[in-house]
Amino acid sequence: VSADEAALRGTTAVVGVAESDLGEVGPHLSSLDLIGQATARALDDAGLDKSEIDGLFCHSAFFQLPPVAAAEYLGIRPRYSDSTAIGGSTFVGYLRHATAAINARMCDVALITYGSTQRSAAGGLVSSGTPLTKSYETPFGPRLPVTAYALAAARHMHEFGTTREQLAEVAVAARKWAQLNPVAFDRGELTTDDVLSSRMVSSPLTVRDCCLVTDGGGAVIVTSAERARSLRRPPAFILGAAEAHWHKDIFQMPDLLVTAAAETGARAFELAGLVPADVHVLQLYDAFSINTLLFLEDLGFCKKGEGGPFVADGAIAPGGRLPVNTSGGGLSYCHPGMFGIFLIIEAVRQLRGDCGTRQVADPHVALVHGNGGMLSSQVTALLGDESTV
Amino acid sequence: MPAARRDGSDSVLTVADYTAEVHPEAVYQALLDHGVFALPRCERCGRAHYPPRVLCPYCGSTSLAWQQSAGHGTVYSTSTISPRNAEPYAVVLVDLDEGPRLMSNVVAMPAADVRIGMRVRARIVQREDGAVAMFEEDRA
Repeated sequence: VSADEAALRGTTAVVGVAESDLGEVGPHLSSLDLIGQATARALDDAGLDKSEIDGLFCHSAFFQLPPVAAAEYLGIRPRYSDSTAIGGSTFVGYLRHATAAINARMCDVALITYGSTQRSAAGGLVSSGTPLTKSYETPFGPRLPVTAYALAAARHMHEFGTTREQLAEVAVAARKWAQLNPVAFDRGELTTDDVLSSRMVSSPLTVRDCCLVTDGGGAVIVTSAERARSLRRPPAFILGAAEAHWHKDIFQMPDLLVTAAAETGARAFELAGLVPADVHVLQLYDAFSINTLLFLEDLGFCKKGEGGPFVADGAIAPGGRLPVNTSGGGLSYCHPGMFGIFLIIEAVRQLRGDCGTRQVADPHVALVHGNGGMLSSQVTALLGDESTV
Repeated sequence: MPAARRDGSDSVLTVADYTAEVHPEAVYQALLDHGVFALPRCERCGRAHYPPRVLCPYCGSTSLAWQQSAGHGTVYSTSTISPRNAEPYAVVLVDLDEGPRLMSNVVAMPAADVRIGMRVRARIVQREDGAVAMFEEDRA
């Protein structure tokens, strides 16, 4: 990492976060309405006025020219716009882009926002863009994205002896956290046996190893550290963030057991001057149960191949030794197509102590890790409270 | 789009017919449709790649030539999909001996019996929407 980027540590902070209505919002709200809801709530959270937003970071599969459409809807005229599209991790990447733009004084108040009504409007995953290039996968009938992750899980089981029970532990832990989150979508009892006996979608993953299909929107407001300290809520400082992508289609992934998180984790920790043992709470993009194992390994929380034993016996569930996906994650809280922004929202709330019965005791450092595509794009960000800067 | 021999003859189409062609997808498909499974190979670094491109993804060279694949490979990973009204099938990643990995199906055996590490060989399957390279267990 460059010294110039390392110097950005703690120069920006998240000052406002909010979700829109989540779950199944019904046919009368659009994805832009959810962006509007989340933005109004995040502005209220931050104590900022809409007129102060001058940077807009937005991507969606639901409307073209995402920042242009969102700005028109919100009635704002940003002087800086970013519509980077690297999948669900995009929104975590925006933290880094906003930090660069704010430090260059290209904008002062950055709004990161997302909205999707994929459950109410589409009944399934809505992917960005219509592919106009030939697919070298679809002729063979994969159920994407599930099969891509299933192929990684099968290889992980083959190479490391990981078991379906260990994968199921990830889903069970997420459900136990969701039971502590009033707005989580799935809060019913879920056992390891329930996961194993659920409908097999693409072996070895059952429907309970897979994320939800919900509606939802989110908004995150970022500004300079100086401005952040004058606002209503405790700032969540951006200590370091890193992005990488090594492939798009799963058959182009060089090693299905090592994601680009191995690169982004190392870079983010170096920028932040931290190590995994310094992290008190983690939000990892759990589109599928295998993700959590791969990211715990690649980010350095356990050795490669030991993700399965690491999560066993409720280790990442409430009361376990490492709190992971305290919202209930994409597996049980919400997953409106791209989940990245919700990882940031939960991390900030944990650092502020806003999380009620699911609050982790006295966290100072939170790790947010976004994934996009078919384990394709990876973005890691470290956030910290005032004591870390 | 090359779909048959450009000289109009009906003799066998080979990779030699396309040495200088720069329409990667079309040539790949045309050869498959004529029963030839071939990959572009870089004339600078020597590596084969897939899917076909106009430049080598390893070294960037645009000096490429089609090379018929021996069709031998090893299953890198497999996932079984069981549709409600059809037989289960195996979606696999195969590592070709020439290097590239591709997605395909292993056919002619029960999907659940396909194993990681299994040796397989290519079998071109003609379909209405174009031929595809599938695989079967190589018992040799």
